[in-house]
Amino acid sequence: MPTSQAIQVDNLSKRYGKDVQALAQVSFEVGRGELFGLIGPDGAGKTTLIRILATLLLADEGQATVNGWEVRKNYRKIRSHIGYMPGRFSLYQDLSVEENLRFFATIFGSTIEENYELIRDIYVQLEPFRERKAGKLSGGMKQKLALCCALIHKPVVLLLDEPTTGVDPVSRQEFWEMLQRLKEKDIAILVSTPYMDEASLCDRVALIQKGRLLSIDQPGKIVSAFDKPLLAIRTNDMYRLIHDLRAFEPGHSAFPFGEYVHLSLRQPIWPEAIHAYLAGKEHTGIEIKPAQATIEDAFMELMTREVM
Amino acid sequence: MRTVLFIIRKEFLQIFRHKVMLPLIFLMPVIQLVILAHAADFEVKNINLHIVDQDRSQASVQLIGKFRACRNFNLVGYSFTNQPAFDEIQSGDADLFLEIPPNFQRDLIRHNAASLQISVNAINGVQAGLANAYASAIIQDFNRQIRTEWARSPALKAPAGLSVTYSNWFNPDMNYQTFMVPGILVLLVTLIGMFLSGMNIVKEKEIGTIEQINVTPIRKYQFIIGKLLPFWIIALVELSIGLVVGWLIFDIPFVGSLWLIFGFAAIYLLVVLGLGLLVSTITETQQQAMFVSWFFLIIFILMSGLFTPIESMPAWAQAITRFNPVAYFVDVMRLVLLKGSNLMDIRLHVAVMLTAALLVNTLAVVNYRKTN
Repeated sequence: MPTSQAIQVDNLSKRYGKDVQALAQVSFEVGRGELFGLIGPDGAGKTTLIRILATLLLADEGQATVNGWEVRKNYRKIRSHIGYMPGRFSLYQDLSVEENLRFFATIFGSTIEENYELIRDIYVQLEPFRERKAGKLSGGMKQKLALCCALIHKPVVLLLDEPTTGVDPVSRQEFWEMLQRLKEKDIAILVSTPYMDEASLCDRVALIQKGRLLSIDQPGKIVSAFDKPLLAIRTNDMYRLIHDLRAFEPGHSAFPFGEYVHLSLRQPIWPEAIHAYLAGKEHTGIEIKPAQATIEDAFMELMTREVM
Repeated sequence: MRTVLFIIRKEFLQIFRHKVMLPLIFLMPVIQLVILAHAADFEVKNINLHIVDQDRSQASVQLIGKFRACRNFNLVGYSFTNQPAFDEIQSGDADLFLEIPPNFQRDLIRHNAASLQISVNAINGVQAGLANAYASAIIQDFNRQIRTEWARSPALKAPAGLSVTYSNWFNPDMNYQTFMVPGILVLLVTLIGMFLSGMNIVKEKEIGTIEQINVTPIRKYQFIIGKLLPFWIIALVELSIGLVVGWLIFDIPFVGSLWLIFGFAAIYLLVVLGLGLLVSTITETQQQAMFVSWFFLIIFILMSGLFTPIESMPAWAQAITRFNPVAYFVDVMRLVLLKGSNLMDIRLHVAVMLTAALLVNTLAVVNYRKTN
């Protein structure tokens, strides 16, 4: 009995050995045709969560269903209806682009031609390299091929584990555009990434840290929930600047952000006061301007709150 | 069933694509057979002999002549005192020296008895034993001849009471190649089965492709059959090439039924492939798999009866060989090819192999997990 949700996760927990709590009571759901982002630093538990949903790993506690099927009992059903892209390139490097695609199509009892429609946009870019061995492709091309192979059997749910890690910025952008198009074909997509700037491209995002989900919402709402005054500051000595700003009493947090340091404040304060503070610390070339909060600021804020 | 075919097709695509694998698979049986069958020859030829003749009599010359006539010996030195002989043994120029003492002929005639001394360099135990045996045989022969020719008493003219003669059945010329080639063929087939199959699955683990495979609807048994069948086929092809080489180059007799050989090989390969599979389930990298396989293979090969007869091993070692599949196949190869044994004669071997195949593969399949 498929429920209305593509993925439903209830209080999922997983431990490795005694000390590592990879997942702690994680709950969320992903709707059909939704692009759901799982954002978090390395070691946060993203891969563990995705592997449990892909039926490769058994959770210690909690429930999870994919397309209404329980991951433990109906793993076989799930395996024929999901597309999974592991974090590590997992296609046959000694087979050509076309041979890989054909192999994965056939073992799902399908053919390239049958679902060509679904992958056409992506595959046209690979077509010139059809005869090339997968191992000889560039990083971005490899990811596109892996996506094609994950899609070739027309899955209802796509699980992508850090698909853009180690991919150049242009390919990363192209990849996300492809995901946007797939969404329109009613495929639910769960994608994990360590890059916070990719969060704004998702319908909803969950921030994961140390096995816990910190916040689940639309990217816009997460940003608007950030209510502290924010300033962008730079001086000639950026390294010392961060240290000095973190020691600044009215300050809440300070993080490097491009060529500036973003300083969030506990309460509004005149920029002149900060200028005077920094000048007192012998900084030169001081530049202070108000900044627009981004999703990264919101995440940094959430993560610091968790630590404290 | 179609899924299995797709996996097999993929495997063959990968095997035949590999630039080193393909020539190796087809050249290996030829090279190994040709080289090993000539090298692994236990017949000792060219034993370097030094003779110290302190008698210089008619009898001693006659004895030396006998040694010279024997093609296994190579007379490298001849002297009248011991010292040069010691030196040559020391330097390695001579493997053995024969000392004929003074008054050898006189003692032989007068007392009807004389002593000779053979000293052998025993660093190579096998060669020393055989050299000693050859030399003793020649002296025995000389002894018999001398007694009949020179003995004064007519009673002694009668031929020696007991003489043992040999007849080498199933290998009349005692041709070592006939003996070795079938055994070496077994090793070839075993290598392919154990190494290639085990290594192949571990490779998927190591490179990470197994992660993608595990999330497909491929069933466990389909994956395993798809992985093992290609190497089962390659190993049988290898066996055929080896048999042809053995027949063309080494003139191996095919006394028994070839069907029986291939039938047994088919079962035997299930055991070996199963072992490879088992190794692959307990290892994570190709290096580990290689090391574990090699450990078993060395024991299997050295205790297979190919190089040293199982009958001459201590009882506990003989007990171990009962669990050695290689020993069974080496035995069957020799029994069927050289002796012409039929299915009834080797029914015990077949039963043991079938049991082992079932056991090993069950263990391997149970041990193989898609989820962890």
